[in-house]
Amino acid sequence: MRKPRLGVWKFSSCDGCQLSLLDCEDELLAVAGAIDIAYFPEATRKDDDGGRYDIAFVEGSVTTPHEAELIRDVRQRADTLITLGACATSGGIQALKNGADVTDFIAAVYAHPDFIDTLDTATPISDHVKVDFELRGCPISKPHLIELVAATLAGRAPQTPAHSVCYECKLAGHVCVMVAEGKPCLGPVTHAGCGALCPGYARGCYGCFGPKETPNTAALAARLAGNGADKRQIHRLFSTFNTNAPEFREEAKAHE
Amino acid sequence: MSDVTKRDKTIKVDMLARVEGEGAFKVEVKDNKVVHTEFRIFEPPRFFEAFLQGRDHSEAPDITARICGICPVAYQMSSVQAMEMALGIEVSQPIKDLRRLLYCGEWIESHVLHAAMLHAPDFLGYASALDMAKDHPDVVKLALEYKKIGNSIVSAVGGREIHPINVKVGGWWKAPPKAKLREVQENLKRALDMAEAFVDFTASLDFPDKERDYHMVCIEEPNGLYPMYEGTRLISNRGLDIPVTEFNDTFDEHHVKQSNALQGRTRDGGAYLTGPLPRWNLAYDKLSDRAKAAAERVGLGREVKNPYRSITVRAVESLYAVEEAIRLIEDYEEFDPASMPVTPRAGTGMGASEAPRGMLFHQYTLEPDGAIAKAQIVPPTAQNQPSIEEDLAEYIADILDRPDDEIQWLCEQTIRNYDPCISCATHFLDLTIERG
Repeated sequence: MRKPRLGVWKFSSCDGCQLSLLDCEDELLAVAGAIDIAYFPEATRKDDDGGRYDIAFVEGSVTTPHEAELIRDVRQRADTLITLGACATSGGIQALKNGADVTDFIAAVYAHPDFIDTLDTATPISDHVKVDFELRGCPISKPHLIELVAATLAGRAPQTPAHSVCYECKLAGHVCVMVAEGKPCLGPVTHAGCGALCPGYARGCYGCFGPKETPNTAALAARLAGNGADKRQIHRLFSTFNTNAPEFREEAKAHE
Repeated sequence: MSDVTKRDKTIKVDMLARVEGEGAFKVEVKDNKVVHTEFRIFEPPRFFEAFLQGRDHSEAPDITARICGICPVAYQMSSVQAMEMALGIEVSQPIKDLRRLLYCGEWIESHVLHAAMLHAPDFLGYASALDMAKDHPDVVKLALEYKKIGNSIVSAVGGREIHPINVKVGGWWKAPPKAKLREVQENLKRALDMAEAFVDFTASLDFPDKERDYHMVCIEEPNGLYPMYEGTRLISNRGLDIPVTEFNDTFDEHHVKQSNALQGRTRDGGAYLTGPLPRWNLAYDKLSDRAKAAAERVGLGREVKNPYRSITVRAVESLYAVEEAIRLIEDYEEFDPASMPVTPRAGTGMGASEAPRGMLFHQYTLEPDGAIAKAQIVPPTAQNQPSIEEDLAEYIADILDRPDDEIQWLCEQTIRNYDPCISCATHFLDLTIERG
C-alpha cells in the first residue's frame, strides 16, 4: 500500500506546534515508518516538489501577502488540510495587531519601514481556504496530535473533546481556583485539551485552547468583575493567544 | 538552485531547512572571490515589542514564551529577571534554583534536538535525522530518549514542555512535589550514560578544519556557576566586563534590508558571537569534573574556536545539564509560598540569560500601575547574524572551485553551527504596514 504523503507548512508562528511532532519521542520513528514525510523543512532538507499531498499540516497565521498566496497553493495540492494550534486556528498572539491604530505603530517604527512587507492583520487559515480539521491549543496537545495522526491513517474522524477546561478540571479533582481563591480563570469558556493544567498549578486558566462551543463569556466576565477584576484586566484576559477567536474578541471589545 | 558561470556564481538557498523558522542565504562570487554574503531572515515579523506595550508586567513570561516554541524557557527566564529588577524584587535562593533546574531541561531537549536531529545529518550526509535513522538507528533512538528526559524536567517543573505555565514574576505559581522531581531524577541518572555516549558520537564526526578569532560574549553568574540562568554581568574574551544594566551602552541593533530581524553589533560596529562557544571559552573552569573529563576524552580543548565543533560543545553542555539537574533535585525541598510578594511600581529592569543558542536580553520600563510602557528583546540569533555572514565569506573561500552543491552544503552546515532560531530573531520589529 502506498504510504500517505505528508507536508508540514509554517506560516507566522513560534514553531512550537510543529515541534510537538518532533517531541513525540516514543512515536516519531513509527510515524515516519507509516507516513511519507515529503515536506517538513524544520526536520528535513527535502524541498517541496510541487506535487500533491494526502495530508497538509499547517502551523501559523496569515500575516503577509506571500503567505496569503501560499496557503491557496497548499490547499489546491492537499487532499486533507489540518491546522495545528492557536495561530492557524484563530490568528494567534500576533493578531493583537489587528485592532491596533496603525499610525501609532508606524510612529514606533524602526529605521527602514520600506524593507518590510506585511499585512495589517493576522488571520486564521480558515479565513483564506477550507480547513478539514483544526487542532486547538497554544501549543497543541501531544495526545491530540497522536490521535489525529492515528485517526487520519485509519480514515476515521479524530476524537478530541469539545467540552470545557472547567469540565476537565472537575475530572482531575482540582479545587476551583476561582471559587476558593477568587483567582481569574477562563476554564468555564475555554476548549478542553490541556487537562486543566493551570488550575493544577494553583493558577487560573488563561485560555490557550480558545473558546469552547457556545461559551457564555458574558456570564464569566460578570463573575470576574464580581471578584474584583477591572475592565482592563478582563479585556486583557480575553486578548491573548486566541484574541481573534470571535467569542473572545467580542467579549474583550465589551470591556474596552 | 544555483547559477553557475565560469568564475562568477551565486550560491543561494531560498528556504533553509532544519532550523527553527524561515531563513535564506546568498553568497556571490566574482573572479573566484566571495564578494558578498547575505543571511536573510524572511520569517514574518510578529511585533511582540509593540503589543507588549500596555500589557501587565505579570503577562510578560507567558506572552514572550510565544516568541519561540523551542526555547520558551529562555524567554520566561530573561523576562522574569528583568521584571523583578524593575519591581525591586529579590527572589529567594530556592526560587532561583528551581529556575535553573527548569533551564537544565530546556538545554538538554534543545541541544539534543539540534545536535542529533538538525545538525548531525550535515556531518553524515543525510537530508534529515529520519533518513539518518535508517543507517544509524541507535544514535537517533538514543537522542530521542535523551531528549525526552530533558523534556520531562520541563514538564515536571513547568507544567508542560512547550510554553510552560508555572513560571511567574516573583517566583512560581506552585513548587512542584518533591516526589515528582525524584522520579525525574531517576531518569536523569539513567541519562548520564546516554549523555556520555552522545558526547562520543558527536566527537566521532568529521569536522572542517576552520576557525576564526571571534569576539565572544556571554553572561556571568554571581555565584560562580556555569552561565545559564542568572546574568548579572556580561563578559567577553576581549575584556568586556559590564553589569547587565549597561547592555544598551555597549551593544546596538541595526536594521538591514535583507532581514526582518535587527542585527546586533557592538557600538563600535563589530560583529560578536554568543552561544555555546563563548560559554565554553569563557567559563570552561566552571564545568563539572565529569563534563571536563568527557571533553578531554574526546580531545576537546578548553579553547574552541572552530564553530563546527559546537556540536560537541553542546553535547558536553548537555551532560553538564544532566548532572546539574541531578544536583538541584537532590537539594530540592518544596517551598510555600512559591512566590515573593509583588507590588506594582514604575521602574526599568534588565535581564539576561543563556538560551541554548546564546544570550537573550530583555529590558522593560513599567508604568506606576505595573503596565509595560516599553519592551526591548534582543535574541541570540539577531546578535549572531553579522557573525554568520562573516563565517560564510571566510569558510568557503578555499573551496570555491568545488561543485556548487558541495559549497551549498557547507554553507548550510555553517549556518546550522549557530542553531539559529529565526522566529526569535524576527519577533521584535516594530510594526510597518504595506498599503497596497
